[in-house]
Amino acid sequence: MSHKVLIPIGPYHPLQDEPEFFRLYVEGERVVDIDIVIGYLHRGIEKLSESKHFDQVTFLVERICGICSTSHPFAYVNAMEDLAKIEVPERALFIRTIIAEMERIHSHLLWLGLAGHFIGYNTVWMWAWRYREPILDMFEMITGNRNHYAMMKIGGVRRDIKDEDISILKKTLDDLLPAVDMFKGAVMDDPVIKARLKGIGILTKQQAIDWAVVGPTARASGINIDVRKDDPYGAYDKVSWNVIVEEDGDIFAKTIVRILELYESISIIRQCLDKMPKGEIDANVKDIPSGEGIGHVEAPRGECFHYVRSDGTNRPVRHKIRAPSYMNVASNKVAAVGGTLSDAAITLAAVDPCYCCTERLIVLDKHSDKKIMNGWDLIKLSQEKTEKLKKIIGCKS
Amino acid sequence: MEIIQQIKEKLKDRVSDWHRHNQRRIYFTVNKKDIREVARVLFKDLGLRFATASGIDTPLGLEILYHFSLDKSGQIISVRTIIEDKKNPEIDSLAVISEAFEWIEREMWEMLGINFIGHPNLKRLLLADEWPQEQYPLRHEHES
Repeated sequence: MSHKVLIPIGPYHPLQDEPEFFRLYVEGERVVDIDIVIGYLHRGIEKLSESKHFDQVTFLVERICGICSTSHPFAYVNAMEDLAKIEVPERALFIRTIIAEMERIHSHLLWLGLAGHFIGYNTVWMWAWRYREPILDMFEMITGNRNHYAMMKIGGVRRDIKDEDISILKKTLDDLLPAVDMFKGAVMDDPVIKARLKGIGILTKQQAIDWAVVGPTARASGINIDVRKDDPYGAYDKVSWNVIVEEDGDIFAKTIVRILELYESISIIRQCLDKMPKGEIDANVKDIPSGEGIGHVEAPRGECFHYVRSDGTNRPVRHKIRAPSYMNVASNKVAAVGGTLSDAAITLAAVDPCYCCTERLIVLDKHSDKKIMNGWDLIKLSQEKTEKLKKIIGCKS
Repeated sequence: MEIIQQIKEKLKDRVSDWHRHNQRRIYFTVNKKDIREVARVLFKDLGLRFATASGIDTPLGLEILYHFSLDKSGQIISVRTIIEDKKNPEIDSLAVISEAFEWIEREMWEMLGINFIGHPNLKRLLLADEWPQEQYPLRHEHES
């Protein structure tokens, strides 16, 4: 007889930054349905934006996300420059690109560490975060802040990159490269990780199209999209780099996409530092005419989309914002369903939803409402599966 | 063939008011009764990716811009439609075409009070349960 069990995951955990709530319906070991509840962190930013003048909005939207904090202001200034047809000085475009790629590096390393933790590889967690740290130091050196860099402004950037900082940044990237090699080797050559991540949490290419997912989630399912290439902004069309696409759509493919993107980001920053011309960093925009503009950027998690409408005053009459996780998190409805409970934590985390969700979890018996499991138990279950695989494959744990 | 020609060929007089802001930002208008057919052609037949939709309260009515992306050419094609009846605003749901439309329609429903006819699961997405009914945060007070 089938016995359906309800597993709510979320919404809050003090260690995580974005609350979401996943209600997992389970029959035995298998996830049969999932209900996703978001909105716990809704702060009314779109409405707030209508009450700020155009320059203030740049700082407002920087506060949407703490991890990829430059993606939203980048998309917003792109939208404003589209609206007002502003020509941005070339040096500013290069600086924007450098900042955005540094952000991708630290964000992907953050994800890699947490993914490692979820499957019981705490060493990967520690190492990934250890190598993320120097990138944050570089942010502090260049922008004055480890996060929330406040570099973007309509028409340019707020700070220049000093010549003496360039060599330090280059050295940091040189030091990072062997670490990325190490992560690549650790993931690609480890039979246990392969056995653990291959073939689980699959999002097929057709599902990815139907759910309109973006970023690494789409690229791991064989969809060749990347705003940096498709609709180049910043200096992405002035440097050479590759879009990383994998075909399998499973967690392994998503991991590989992110690791290989680290190489591309390092390469993009190096080229930008070499090619960056001297000159102005700000177009000194004074007035914003009435009209509408669209800006989108490839954030670490995928396309970040901003639409702004101006009526000729100094505030937007409408500012629509769509973050990448909005599309990607919804696709868990197909990626996690059909999988086992021990794969649920890593599957839900694989779209990199800022890791809000997978910690606090309760397993309830559907009939008696009795608590069976909590969030830590689910991660433990996930880690135990790795241990079992290690024994089967014959690795020392 | 360029995407604009393809759209014109497939949708004929159902599309109007073309506006090319620049090479990569294209806007056109459709009557709200045609929205489901237009979206089906763009999303299913022409394979455009649905990025999101912006619901806007304007003096003329509630406007929705459905933003589609043709990634291989980097073009964003925004389909504009206006719901004039602000007292009982409604429009066909696109969630029957794909799940990708589901969340944003729920959001426009709670933020602007637009009823999406045929939506399989029209309930709050972002607003708290305690938020008063029929108070729509993104509605504006317009001078008549």
